[in-house]
This record gives sequence, structure tokens and C-alpha cells, in this order.
Amino acid sequence: MTKAIQLGSLCALLLISLSCEREKRQVYQNPELNELAMGGAQNPDIAPGPAARPPVSQKPLNPVGPYDERAFEIARGQELYINMNCLGCHAMGGGGMGPPLMDDEWLYGSDPKNIYISIVEGRANGMPSYRGKMTGRQVWQLVSYVRSMSGQLRKDVSPGRTDSMQVKKPELAKEKETPIPQRPGAEQKEQQR
Amino acid sequence: MRRIGYGLLLLLLAGCGTHQQSVTNSAGTQAARIEILWWWMLGILTTIFVIVVGFVLGAVSRRRGGSEQMPEAQVIDSARDRRLSRVILVLVIMVILFEFGFLVASAIVTKYERGMSSKNPVEIQVIGHRWWWEFRYASSQPSEVVVTANELHLPTGVPILIKASSADVIHSFWVPNIAGKRDLIRPYQTSMWLQVDEEGVFRGQCAEFCGHQHAHMAFYVVAEPMNRFQAWLQAQKAPAKEPLEHKARQGRDVFMKSPCVTCHTIRGTDAGSRVGPDLTHVASRSFIAAGTLPNTRSNLMQWIRDSQSVKPGNLMPSMDLETSELESLVAYMQSLK
Amino acid sequence: MSTIDRTINEQEAGELKTKLHDLWREPPGFIGWFAHVHHTSIGKRFFVTAFIFFLLAGILAALMRLQLSRSESHLISPDLYDQIFTTHGTAMMFLFAVPMMFKAFSTYLVPLSVGARNIAFPRLNAFSYYIYLFGGILLFGALLLNTGPDTGWFSYVPLSGPQFSPGKRVDIWAQMITFTELSALGVAIEVITTVFKLRAPGMSLNRLPLFVWSELVVAFMVMFAMPAVMLSSTLLILDRLIGTHFFNPAEGGDPLLYQHVFWFFGHPDVYIIFLPGTGIISAVLAAFSRRRVIGYMAVVLSVVSTGFLSFGVWVHHMFATGLPALGMSFFSAATLMVVVPTAIQFFLWIATLWTGKLVIRTPMLWALGFLFVFLIGGLTGVMLASIPLDLQVHDTYFVVAHFHYVLIGGAVFPMFAGLYFWWPKITGRMLSETIGKWHFWLFFFGFNLTFFPMHMLGLRGMTRRVYTYPPESGWQYLNQLAGFGAVLMVFGILAFLVNAWRSWKGGAPAGDNPWGASGLEWGTSSPPPPYNFLFPPTVNGREALWDAAPDQPVVTGFHNDSREVLATKAIDADPEHISEMPGPSYWPFLAAVAVGGLLIGSMFTPWAVVWGAIPVTAALVGWFWPNKNEVERRRSREIWEPEN
Repeated sequence: MTKAIQLGSLCALLLISLSCEREKRQVYQNPELNELAMGGAQNPDIAPGPAARPPVSQKPLNPVGPYDERAFEIARGQELYINMNCLGCHAMGGGGMGPPLMDDEWLYGSDPKNIYISIVEGRANGMPSYRGKMTGRQVWQLVSYVRSMSGQLRKDVSPGRTDSMQVKKPELAKEKETPIPQRPGAEQKEQQR
Repeated sequence: MRRIGYGLLLLLLAGCGTHQQSVTNSAGTQAARIEILWWWMLGILTTIFVIVVGFVLGAVSRRRGGSEQMPEAQVIDSARDRRLSRVILVLVIMVILFEFGFLVASAIVTKYERGMSSKNPVEIQVIGHRWWWEFRYASSQPSEVVVTANELHLPTGVPILIKASSADVIHSFWVPNIAGKRDLIRPYQTSMWLQVDEEGVFRGQCAEFCGHQHAHMAFYVVAEPMNRFQAWLQAQKAPAKEPLEHKARQGRDVFMKSPCVTCHTIRGTDAGSRVGPDLTHVASRSFIAAGTLPNTRSNLMQWIRDSQSVKPGNLMPSMDLETSELESLVAYMQSLK
Repeated sequence: MSTIDRTINEQEAGELKTKLHDLWREPPGFIGWFAHVHHTSIGKRFFVTAFIFFLLAGILAALMRLQLSRSESHLISPDLYDQIFTTHGTAMMFLFAVPMMFKAFSTYLVPLSVGARNIAFPRLNAFSYYIYLFGGILLFGALLLNTGPDTGWFSYVPLSGPQFSPGKRVDIWAQMITFTELSALGVAIEVITTVFKLRAPGMSLNRLPLFVWSELVVAFMVMFAMPAVMLSSTLLILDRLIGTHFFNPAEGGDPLLYQHVFWFFGHPDVYIIFLPGTGIISAVLAAFSRRRVIGYMAVVLSVVSTGFLSFGVWVHHMFATGLPALGMSFFSAATLMVVVPTAIQFFLWIATLWTGKLVIRTPMLWALGFLFVFLIGGLTGVMLASIPLDLQVHDTYFVVAHFHYVLIGGAVFPMFAGLYFWWPKITGRMLSETIGKWHFWLFFFGFNLTFFPMHMLGLRGMTRRVYTYPPESGWQYLNQLAGFGAVLMVFGILAFLVNAWRSWKGGAPAGDNPWGASGLEWGTSSPPPPYNFLFPPTVNGREALWDAAPDQPVVTGFHNDSREVLATKAIDADPEHISEMPGPSYWPFLAAVAVGGLLIGSMFTPWAVVWGAIPVTAALVGWFWPNKNEVERRRSREIWEPEN
């Protein structure tokens, strides 16, 4: 009996220490993310995360965004996608005035940093800049959500369906698209379509 | 002047726990009737409780068996058992009759509620959001519709029609001093009649668990005579006045170039987003953040700079603005009377 | 072949004991533990496991009380608080109340009370235990991994739907329900079969003990109610994981559907928790009043009608949703109606007390405490049946007070009464009366101090499920009072643990029938031997031991070379045939592991249902593979032919 209690307590401590990344909802972490998103191409160091980091560095591009494994933040990204009217141009990923976000063609690359820059800086052909209109945290939430729309994220953190009319499969049912790097002149091709 | 008075009254009453948000301190028609039903039921049921427990204790004190050994099982006196069963039958019939009476009384109270109506009621649409309240005062003219948030003004003495719905999850609209609650469930819009009989300020709170900040989703009801209510409504219809102070005008610029404009409406400016509460007349409200903080300069500054510390998990992000920008922004907020 | 013999030869009895012991004993050791199939072994596991979940959920409640003892306290974040209150409710309802009151008490006591050697479908019984254990480990493991459910124990959509509850928290909640409800359904099947087919000859249905009646009715209720919650949780998981639209209003679904389906289960669920308590109280009151309960027929009919009526009241949980008034008024009336059978039972118990020769021991104290506490809960329930009153106090601490009074009064108090009453039978040792009294009074006062102020908190506007409240609300004082009461309750439970520990280590030996009670279970040794009864008994009246004739016959004539039981006819318990029970087997455990793997995998991908079906099929094939010896025995004995 006592052995069972000891074993049980040990397992409990082990489990606590393995606290799930997926479910983290730390609203107080990373206070630097509360700053308004101002950065972009001239500020290559936009990379929230652990506190100690050098101000300028030549780190390789991080293929995974800071919230790519957090279901809660990705869900907030989905909410922002709707509230900031991304769907006005991109619909629920199928595109319209703006290019689709759920396919494999990435005009500016699928790395989180590229998407961040697209949102904060804006892009040619009509993508507005949201510089100063969202905090860093909000932009990174959006970045992760956008990546989930083409199935880049793990299925267990991707959002399910929204409580609205359905125009596509939910993100967690989307098969992963392999991002195709765009050839030069692809933007003209985009316009001709 | 009156508005300041009400603000003070609100803050005073906020310190006085007994009046606000209580079922037994009714100021509305329905709440008053329910309160009568409540006191009657409490009295009758307490009496029943005392009688029944009395019998139990009586039985315990009356006949005791041995203390050490268990005595032999008793020989049954069937005649006495049958007599007792007949007594119990009578008691059960009394219980049934009492319950029937209770049912009728409840039906009468409900009937009064459902029977309220009015030719030209004040119609208010209540929309629950995570974690704030949107109130839309209906009008046949779209330009006369008043949209406000978190503070509900009601005229006393007249039936009011509430149309309750939700924008996201299930919430529940409840002002205990005035009436029973109504769940706000998307996609339904259910109708509910209210009448407030006494002037005053009453606190309401969301009564259906709606997520992390369910505990901080309150609202205040200001009940005032019809003329004062109409004056308030008229003032709310007006767009935001041009701010007089230079700092407030700077604050407006800060508002327009910050994340604020992506979520909030200030009528009379270009800010027209409906994600968050309407701020056109935010300075006329006594509380901010859905009844969480009194509407003061320092609270506004704390709320804007670090809303996550006040309501962790809520949808307004903590924003690290420059102090000077924050101060002018708050000056602008306070000018929006 | 089997005869009802009038004589027992002493020397033969001694030889028989050894033979039966070898036949029926459970495999020893740690590995052997996984192959046990006897109801006393599995029943003890249900008791212990359910009690551990009670303690864990109680710790969560203590944390809630701590957080709420100060206004705007920052002790526990809202996210963690939401997980704590959800896990507290879920664990108490699904992992403690139903498993303890129904599964534990039935599994251990129903076969003994009806004179059977084992429960029907013993391997299913073992499987039910393992699957329940795995469900509980899933829930608490999730809480420790920050994946605990956080949307309340009934988890309304749209909050618990895919848009507003990201991650796996709600999926774990929904799937855990599948675990526990599978378990309950298994035990329900076993209870119904045991009561209808394995009773002692002479125990016609109108001689069934009141405790067994209550468990029988509850078993039927389980069969009708549990599928509803499995449906609601399955629809929820489908919406979340696959993108179905059961609760999506934009595509033809309806959030209210969830509430209806859930509460169609939810209300009978609380009667599933309460009715076994009434059976225990009947047994305890009879033993300690030294007379049978008055009005047997009325009590039985009350239990049965409560079972039926409880399925017709579920909308009283939905009075605030704006449903049409006429429809809701039917449910208001039905809610008042369901009070009446319980009132009948109450009056009959008091009449029994009034005409009995009362002996106040600890089990009796708990029974009297039940009468006091449950009465308060029942009366506030009458208040809540009224729609206008409910519209004011619904979803406030008034309702929290009400349901804790009926659940703790109606389940925990009878549970302790039953534990103190049957502890000597289960363990062979007595519990201390002194510590028992400390336990009772500490818990009784603590409970009332904790929950009575909550009535007032609700009337003063404090809503449920809030992690904090403003200082100017004036609620802090009453919350602190409730906190003090919680401390007393903790000390009471500690007293019980001390009492149990001391008794286990060296309490006074109990003997067969320390209370002089009348049930058949008291007619065998304490603890019962692995074969329960040396000779299966017969019965002469409602109170088996009190109405027994001096030369009450027993059942003999078994071959005694396998695990034989006597199956009897359903209504009058006339002997029908001899049935063979399976022996120890590892397959229930393996099947539970396979099913658990399938269910947990299906939270992450629908393919788990496909791939997971393979181990499940393998386990079931192993389970049902015919035993060669048994087949030969049946053939040689033509065991299915009726007796002449």
C-alpha cells in the first residue's frame, strides 16, 4: 500500500515537471512582446523567447515560430485573423483580393519571420502594414495561425472548426502543404491570374 | 453635474456590500415578487425542517437499546406499523398539496412577468461578449440607435424589453435586485421584460461560466426617472465632442495610430471597429473593464498599459506604450464624456 | 443434481472448505493481482480507488477555498483555478460518487446479500475496474500536465467547443467520460444479472433486501442514463476533432442540444448517486433500530418511482435558457413530483426509528446525520423547483450549497455509514467507536459550517465558478467562514484515515455478525472466504437471518470440481441450473489496456479507432476463447438440461 503511494507521488512529480508545451497560457511571460510591433527588415532580430539574447546576431532562420506549439496562442491568432479583418482579403485561407494562405505557394517564404515581416511591414500589391497596430505577441499569434492554415503545424495544436459557416476543412484536418519557393517573376504571374 | 453625482453615488454604494447584487433587496417588480415567494418558502420549509428533525431527535432520545451488546431483533407489532403507515399516508398527501400550492404560487409570479408588455417599450439589446457587455438601445431610426458598454441606464416605473443574445459563448444577464437571470446563447435572441421601481445603482454580473475572466464580467445598472434617462440617452446619441485640451487632442492622435483603433469605436472619429466596447462616451461611465475598476485616471493608465495584470487572459493585449503617449491617451479617454 | 439438503455433516464440511478454498482462491503475488476476478477483491479495489479520488478531489476543493478566502487573491491564476474547479467536480461526480455508491458497494455487497458465490460476469467486473482506474489516471494525469479540463464539470458548448477551448483539455474530459461510463455500464449489467439469476432459493423478489433493491434500480438507471452522456461527450469530441456541426448553429446545429442530452444523463446521475445511499440507510437503520424498516412495499415502490421520475426532470437545469414557459412548467411540476417518493421514504425511516430500540453506534450516527443534512438539501431543492426562484439563484452559490447538501448528505454520509457498518465484514476487524465519533462530529460541523453560508452567498449575488470577487461585495466574511469549515472537514477525514489504519493494523476481531444484523452477508465469516458461503444459503423471509428457521436448509449437491454457482429463476428464486463461473484471467486487464489505448489515441487522430481495434479484438478473442476443460465438463454433464 505504502509502495503504491510512493510510486504514485513519484509519477505525479514527474508529470508536473513535464508540463505540456501545448497547453501553456502564460500571459505574463516575455514582457518584451507587449511592445508594439514596429520592427521589420531593418531590424532582423525580431525573435521573442528566453530573456538573454544578444541585440544583433546572425542566427539562422528559425523554422519554427515561438507559438507554433501552443494551442492557446494559435487559437488567439485565429481570433485575431477574424477581428483584424484578414479574412477581408484572404477569406478563410482561400484568398480573394489577397493570395490564398492555405496552399503551398509562399510569395515571401513560409518561415515565421517572413510572415511576421509581411504583417508588420506590409507587402507590394496591397498587403497593408500593421506596424504599431498590434503588439509583438499578437503578431506572433497571427503568424502561427497563418502557418496552421496550410497544415504546417502539428495536428494536436492546430485549431478545430470555428462556430460559423464552414468554407474549408478545419486546420487540424488540413494535410501539410510543402512550401514551394517562388521563382522570380512569380508576382507578375500572380497578377495575370 | 448629475453625472458626477451618480458617479459618486456609485462609488459610495460600491463600498456598501449589502445593497448591491442581492436577491433579498429588491428594487424591481419581478425581484420583489420573487422575494415574497422566497420569504414564504423559507418560513414554511424551515418549519417543516424543525418538525421533522424534532421527530428524529425525539426518536433518538426516546427508546434506547443496550449500550454494549446488540439486543435481539424486535418482534414486529404489525397493527402498530399499519397505523403508522396510515399516518404517513396523510403526511404524504399534505406534502403533495403543499407542493401543488407552491407550484401555483410560482406560476402566478411567472405569469406576472410574462404578462408585462407595453405599447412603446424601451427596447434594449444585450449582447454578451468575452468578457464585457454590449448594450444597444433600439430605435426605429438607425441613426438613433445608442451603442454603449458595461453600464446600463434604465428608466424607472416602465416595462423594459430586453433582447438577450451572445456574440460567442454562453453568458447570463443577471441583476438580482431587479429580476431573474437570462442566459445569452448564440444564436438565440430571447426576450425578457424588466421593470425597475426604485431609483438607484445596482450591480449585475455574468452568471454562466464563460472562460477565464467570468469572475470579472460585471455591469452596473443606473435606474433613474424617465426624464433623466431621456437626457442621458440623448447625450449618448451624440458623437464624441472635439477635445478641448491640447493633451487630449494629442491623445486622440495616439489612439488613431495605436492598436486602440483596431478594436474600439469612437463615433465622430475614424475609429469604427466593433471588436471591443464602444468608447464614445467612456468617461460618462463609472467603471471600466466590465465593472472591474473604477473609472479613474490611474486605473485607466494601468488598464491600458497592462490589462493582463487586471484581467489575465482577456482579449485586450497589454501594451507597452511610451509614458507620455499613455498620459495623453488617458487624457483623451477622460474627455469622452 | 443439486438438492436443498437439510443436514450438514461436520467432517464433510471441513474437507469441503479446503476443496472450495483451492478452487476459488485468487492467484497470489503482484502479477497475480492483475488476474483477480472475485467480487470481494474487485469490490475492495473499487472502494479504495474511489476513496483516493475522493481525497484528491477534496484537496482541490481545499485549494479553491483557499483562493476564495480573500477577495482579489492572486494565489491561484484564473487558468489554474478553472482547471481545479472543473477537475474537482468531474472527479467527484465521475470518479468518486458513482464508483463508490454504485460500483463499489454493489460489487462487494450485492452477491453476498443475495447469497451468491460471485458476481455475474466476473471478468467484466475486473475489466470495469481497470477501465475506471485508467480513466481516473487520465484525468489527474492531465491536470498535472496543465492539460486538465477547464470548462466546468458539465462543459457547455460553445465554450468547450473547438473555437473557444483550444488544446486537448476538453478532449481529455470528454474521453474520460467514455472510460467511466463503460465501467458503470459493465457493473450495471453484472448487478442486474446477479440480482435476477443468482439469488438464494427462497429469496423471491418481494424478499430482496432494500439495499439490493436500490442497487438494482440504479443499475437500470445507469443503463438508460449513461448512453446519453456518452453521446453528448462523443458529439463534443466529434465536433472538436473532426469538424462535425452538432453544436454549430451556423451549420444547423444547436448549443442547447448539448445541454438537453447532457442533463438527460445529468439528472438521473445524481439519483444514481443518491439511491444507493437510501439502500444503505435502510440497512443501517434496520440493524440499529433492531427491527425491519416499516413499509417495505412502499420503500421499494418509492425507490422504483424515483428512478423513473428522475428521467423526467432534466430541464430544471435549463430554466434560465429562455425555453418556452409552458414546456418548462411541466418540468417544474415533475421536479416537485420526484420529491414525493423520497419524502415517503423519509417518513418511513423516521417511523422505523420511532418504533425501534435504538443503538447509537457510529454507523447509526452517520445515518442520523444523513437525515439532517439531506433534508436541508432536499428542501432547498424544492425551492429550486420553482422557476421564478430558480431564475434568481441559478448558477449562484445557493445552488452550490444545495447540491453539496444533497450530494454529501445523500452520498457521503451514507457512504460513511456503510463503511462503518460493513467494515467488520470486509476486513474482519472493528473500527474504533471513539475515533469514529470524532470523525463524525468534526465532519458534521465542518460540513455545515462550510456549506450553510453558501446559501447566503448565493442570495447576496455571488455567482458560481468565479476565481475571485471584489472587496466591496461583502462576500469575504462568509467565504472565510466556509474556509474554516473546510478545515474541520479535513480533520474529520484525517480521523477516519487514522481509524482505518489502526483497524487494519490491529483492530478487534469482528466475528461473523458484530451488529446482529439480518442480511445474508452477515451469515458467513468476516472477511468472507474466497467462496463466500460454504453452502449457499436459502431464505425464509425479508430479513434473512432474523426470519431464518432454526434448521434453515442450505444448497448442496455441487460437483465441487469447478467454480459452480446456483442459478435461480428470476421472480421466485426457485433453483434452475448450475452455472460455471470463470476463474482468474489476465484478459480483462489486457482488454482494458487495449481499449484505453484506443480511446486515448482517438483524442489525437481518428485513425486510432482503426489501428486500436486490432489489440482490442485480440484481447477480446483471448477473453472469450473457450476453455477446453469447461467445454468438456458441460458436454459430459449435459448441464443445460432442466432439473426434473
